[in-house]
Formats: sequence, C-alpha cells, structure tokens
Amino acid sequence: MDIKLQKLSFAYAPGTPFEKRALFDVDLAIASGSYQAIIGHTGSGKSTILQHLNALLKPTEGSIQIGDKVITAGKKEKDLRPIRQKVGIVFQFPEHQLFEETVLKDIIFGPMNFGVPEEEAMENARDLVKLVGLPEAVLEKSPFDLSGGQMRRVAIAGVLAMEPDVIVLDEPTAGLDPRGRKEIMDLFYQLHQKRNLTTILVTHSMEDAARYADQIAIMHEGRCVLTGTPREIFSDIETLSNYRLEVPQIIHFQKQLEQKAGFSFPKLCLTEEEFASMISEWLQERRNQS
Amino acid sequence: MRAILTLNNVTFTYAPEDSSIKNAIEDVSFSVQEGEWIAIVGHNGSGKSTIARLINGLIFPQNGTVEVIGEPLNEDNLWNSRSQIGMVFQNPDNQFVGATVQDDVAFALENNGVPHDEMVKRVREALKQVNMDSFLNHEPSHLSGGQKQRVAIAGALALQPRMLILDEATSMLDPQGRQEVLSIVRELREKTGLTVLSITHDLEEAMMADRLLFMNGGKKFAEGTPSEIFAMGDQLVKLGLDLPFALKLGKLLQINGVNLSGEPMTEEELVNDLWISNFKN
Repeated sequence: MDIKLQKLSFAYAPGTPFEKRALFDVDLAIASGSYQAIIGHTGSGKSTILQHLNALLKPTEGSIQIGDKVITAGKKEKDLRPIRQKVGIVFQFPEHQLFEETVLKDIIFGPMNFGVPEEEAMENARDLVKLVGLPEAVLEKSPFDLSGGQMRRVAIAGVLAMEPDVIVLDEPTAGLDPRGRKEIMDLFYQLHQKRNLTTILVTHSMEDAARYADQIAIMHEGRCVLTGTPREIFSDIETLSNYRLEVPQIIHFQKQLEQKAGFSFPKLCLTEEEFASMISEWLQERRNQS
Repeated sequence: MRAILTLNNVTFTYAPEDSSIKNAIEDVSFSVQEGEWIAIVGHNGSGKSTIARLINGLIFPQNGTVEVIGEPLNEDNLWNSRSQIGMVFQNPDNQFVGATVQDDVAFALENNGVPHDEMVKRVREALKQVNMDSFLNHEPSHLSGGQKQRVAIAGALALQPRMLILDEATSMLDPQGRQEVLSIVRELREKTGLTVLSITHDLEEAMMADRLLFMNGGKKFAEGTPSEIFAMGDQLVKLGLDLPFALKLGKLLQINGVNLSGEPMTEEELVNDLWISNFKN
C-alpha cells in the first residue's frame, strides 16, 4: 500500500490560544513494500507523523493518501475502519496496551471486533504466538504473568492478528536487552520480507535505520528535511550534525580509519559485518597486487 | 574506603507461597565502596530491577540483609536510608512532578522540611552541577529527554545523597541525550567523588564503570572490571548481552582474516590497532 503525505501540516488545538504547530508542509512518499525509517531528535515531529498514518490525527493542511483513501484537511472522512485495519501501529511499550484475561483473548480481540469468526481468530492466534517466538502454552496465561519481553511479543502478535499491510513501529525495542532487541528487529525484518509488508520504523537508533531500512527520512523541527537511502543519508556527517543526529558508530569508525590512513575505501559500510568483509577483501586485493 | 551499600546473601521471591516460581534474586552478595562506580548488567528478567527495589526498601529480602552505610535496612530506618540514596528511573516523563524545573528539584527538599533559604541554595547548586541552572523556570514540556533526566539527577543531588542509582536512566533517551547524561555523571564523579550504581543494558555506559556485576537468572554470574567481564566474549552473548562496539568489531575482523595485535576495548584503540597491523607503511 503506497502512502503519500502532501504538504501536510498539523497543529494541535488549531484556532485557539494554545495552538501549537507540530508539522510544517511535510512531503513524503513511502512506496508499497519498502522499509522506511523516520529519524529525528526528540520533539522533531516523528510521533505526530506516526499518528497520521492510520488517521488517529488528521492534517490541518494538506493531505495524506493511504492506499486508495485520501484524507484531506477540512474534509470529513466517513469510513476510517479499513485504514485502521490495514495499518497496524506498534506503539512504544506496546505491552501497556494488554488488557484481557488471557493472552489468547487479547490477541483475538482486534480481529473479532472486525468481524472475524472466533474459531478462525483463535486458529490465527495459535500461529501468531509461535511466529513471535513464544510457546503455545502462554495462550491460556494471563498476559500480566509474563515477563516484559514476552508481553511485548504478545502485543505485537495482537497487531499482526489484524493482518495489516503496513506496520508502523514506534521505538519497538526501547527497554529490551541487547538480545531481545535483535530478536524483535529481526522478527520484523522477516515479517517485512515474508508478508511483503510496508514497514515504517520510527527510531532513535541510527544503527537500526542503517541496518534495516531501504529509505530514511529525517525530521527536524516539524519538517521533513532530508530523504534518501541509508548510504546517501549517512555519508553526510555534517548535515546530520546540524540536525543534532549522529551516524552509526561503524560509519564514524570507518571515517576515523580513513582519516588515519589518508585515503577513502571504495564504499561506506552500514553494518559491522559489511565493514569487516570489505576490509578483508581490500587487504586481500592489495596482497594480490604486490 | 568504606562500604556505602552491602548485600549479604540476599534471596527474594515475588511469590513466597509458590515454590514452583523461581526466586527473582538468589543468594546475591556484593558491596559498593564509597566513590566507586558500579554497573549491574544482565538480560531482561535477570534480577537487576529487583536489586534496585531491594536497595530502596520497596521490598525486603526473604533471606539475607541489605546494609546501607553499615546499617541493615528495615522498616524503621527506611526513610533515612532513602534520603541517602538518590534514584533516577527510566522514563523521564514519569518522574517529573514540579510545574517548573526549580519546583521539581525542590520537591523532595520540601518533603524533607529543608528551610526555604537553604532550599533555594541547594536547588541552584544542584542544577548548576548538571548544567541546567539557566532553566530554573522552564516547564518540563519544553525540555528534551536528556534535560529532564539531568533535572531528575539534580533532584536527587539536592538531597546530598551518598549514592546515586541510575535505573536504566538513559534507555529512553536519544543518542545525544544519553551522551549528555553520561558525561554529567562522569563529571560529578570527578568533581565530588559521588558513588554511582547504574543498572543498564547500554554497554558503553557499563564500560564507564569501575566494576561490573553481571546478573543471570537472578544470580550473580560474574563480577569484575569491564575488561575482565567483556573478555568473557561469547558467553556474554549467550546470556543475552552484547559486546561493546570495539570488541564486537574486532572479533568480526579477525573472523574475516584481518590481523589485530591485541584485544582493543575502545573505538580509538581499535582504529590504532587496525591501522598499525594492516595499513601502516
């Protein structure tokens, strides 16, 4: 599902003395099936954009197109249900949204609200707990007896149960340990590929943006100031620092080494793995030449 | 040097009536000496936060004792001990109680009946220590996450504690906010010799400590300097942690057949080692 923001502006409490503009003329096109990261400093407007993606907020000016639905400022949109079903949002600390008596009931709550028969929803829930890496036995447990990491997986299963085409992730790994972080990010990446999802990741982690995203958009003071591939975005350290952002540590490292060596390597590496194999190949080639 | 905090063979379970549920903390002993920076690391559910609650007297051990400045913690001396130990928690928004920065810092002082003039002085001093003294009348909604956490630290410092506990205090901040908070803590230590206990997943933060406690499944798995702990390598990864950047990259390089002469712990050391071993000449 393509998503297109056009000249989108948003103000909280418009027309009142408390009016506070959060977004200014944002243009952003997210192609169906792509992995889009949105990065920016705290208060840059990332979360406000996120809430437009399934029409929790509606533009004050401009428009947002989600699939074939267009939400335009000032026009009343009648049926937002399809958008809410197609765009699943995993909010920060999604485990805070669990509320049912059992994990099973929690996961099937959404689909049943959208008219999926109970049997079918339960069948799906069984597959989903496995998919998010939990034993089937948790289905009958209270979600509140699970550990934080397990609760988060249940909440994610609840979002996936809606079978969304677009999945929006707001800092999905905050508070997890390094292994939990990697597992969750890898899980979303697999889902992204297997289910051909459009994935939108809102994050502070430059490392995650570099590793997983096809496209990055940088938000700064309510504006979308830069878009491009991770390699394009992270090659310009100076521009990033103007937006109070840093590059992933591996890129910083490569630049340090290049400065010391007095030359540049053929490419900018986005992950540690990529860097290690590039250095190894580069040294091999030099050995062959001499 | 004397111990600010000592745990002696502490065991705690959240479900004392149900023996099928594992103890959250089992037979844990360690102590924190005056002026030290200790970091507790471990996977989610390893018992880190339970330790923080035990230190703060929110819960009491079923076995063993928690001693704060030589005194076993109990219901009677709890309040006194809490004023000796400042805590900063994970979420900057959940611990801001004042309408302005200075009100927030003054909150605990008011509760402790500190006279007004003394209070004004201490609030100023504490905010100065975290470089937030030009924000006295700012509202919390106008602060960044890093600034809010610095105000939270000031709130703790205003009580002139013997020890500061950072319970994942940087985990919700953006990279810049995290740097701000960590460099303030480092500065405070240099200037005032403050004792720090940080509970963290952030390995760069853990590297800054003098000593690490590595928790696994409620037990103390290992204790040592950062280099001793991180030398455990793959074992750390198996138990849910990661290696700091330089160690991880160093290993990856070696797996790919790139020579290194040592085991660099920091980015700078690794740049040097990689350059000297492969690029120089």
